[in-house]
Amino acid sequence: MSRRFARALPFLFASLAFATITHATEAEHVRASAAWIRVLPGDLPAGGYVMLENTGDQNATLRDARSTRYASVMLHKSSSDGGVSRMAIVDDMPIPAHGKAELSPGGYHLMLMKPAAPVKVGDKVTLTLTFGDGSTLDTEFVARPANATGFGD
Amino acid sequence: MLAIGVLLAGCHRDDEPQWQLSDISGHMPDLDFHLVDDHGKNVTAQDYRGKVVLLYFGYTHCPDVCPLTLAQLHVVMQRLGPLADGARILFVSVDPARDTPDVMHAYVNAFDPRAVGLTGSPREIEALSKRYRSAFTREPDRADGQYEVSHSSAIYIFDGNGKARLLNTTSQSQDNLVHDLHLLLSLGSKS
Repeated sequence: MSRRFARALPFLFASLAFATITHATEAEHVRASAAWIRVLPGDLPAGGYVMLENTGDQNATLRDARSTRYASVMLHKSSSDGGVSRMAIVDDMPIPAHGKAELSPGGYHLMLMKPAAPVKVGDKVTLTLTFGDGSTLDTEFVARPANATGFGD
Repeated sequence: MLAIGVLLAGCHRDDEPQWQLSDISGHMPDLDFHLVDDHGKNVTAQDYRGKVVLLYFGYTHCPDVCPLTLAQLHVVMQRLGPLADGARILFVSVDPARDTPDVMHAYVNAFDPRAVGLTGSPREIEALSKRYRSAFTREPDRADGQYEVSHSSAIYIFDGNGKARLLNTTSQSQDNLVHDLHLLLSLGSKS
């Protein structure tokens, strides 16, 4: 490593720190749309779905979600390998820079459990999405019937 | 109606129906079970003779794949129109510990009026699952005491005589399923 590079290091760190301070949060670059919840009878867990678009130059990740309407919200992923359907808890879902990622039936989804009060079809439920850098985005989800196949069918 | 005409014409010409799903005729045993329906009544496969049966294994605490499959089957039934009255969706619980007939009743009726929820003893459910080389596994409990059940994603289709006819897997489209059910239900109504 050259001496000149070593001398430049403090400046490099200073500019990195500056970049961190001025860099917009992930939430500021993520747009949420077509957000809906599949309501199931009784107190059965419901699925939450949303399209996320990252308009930023950096990759983002959806890490978590919470809501005052449900005591527990978890990020899950369904898979079907060898004819067997499985569901697993996942740590996060990547949202590529200038790309989209979707929580959709049969793939990534939010598992919404223990509603404080019954959620009815037509209700608007606010979920706070948390991203990799800790930034958050409040998103309104519309409650749809059990036999809905998407946001607007 | 034109599509039906074309389908039937195709049958007459080839004599053998041109299935789009996997043809399992002769490769799987006839429908046979002793379970409890979502009214709490003991039922056997005989109770569904005369109906085309769509058999699907799942559980009500499954928030994603099971509702998706049942919602898709509801769309399929709607697309079949009046013919759908000749079919029944049998949703068999692989989680009888939590899926009582009452829970199953509310669940299946949220999807389609032609869906029936079946539960029963773990032994009977396992016997039915094994009969169709299907499998399910209760996954370890989570911290909150809840658990998931991994299960087959296939839909087994039986004719009105309880004969195994077709297998619908996730790789097949809804159009394939509608096509074949149309054919199977039309054949049934002619004989």
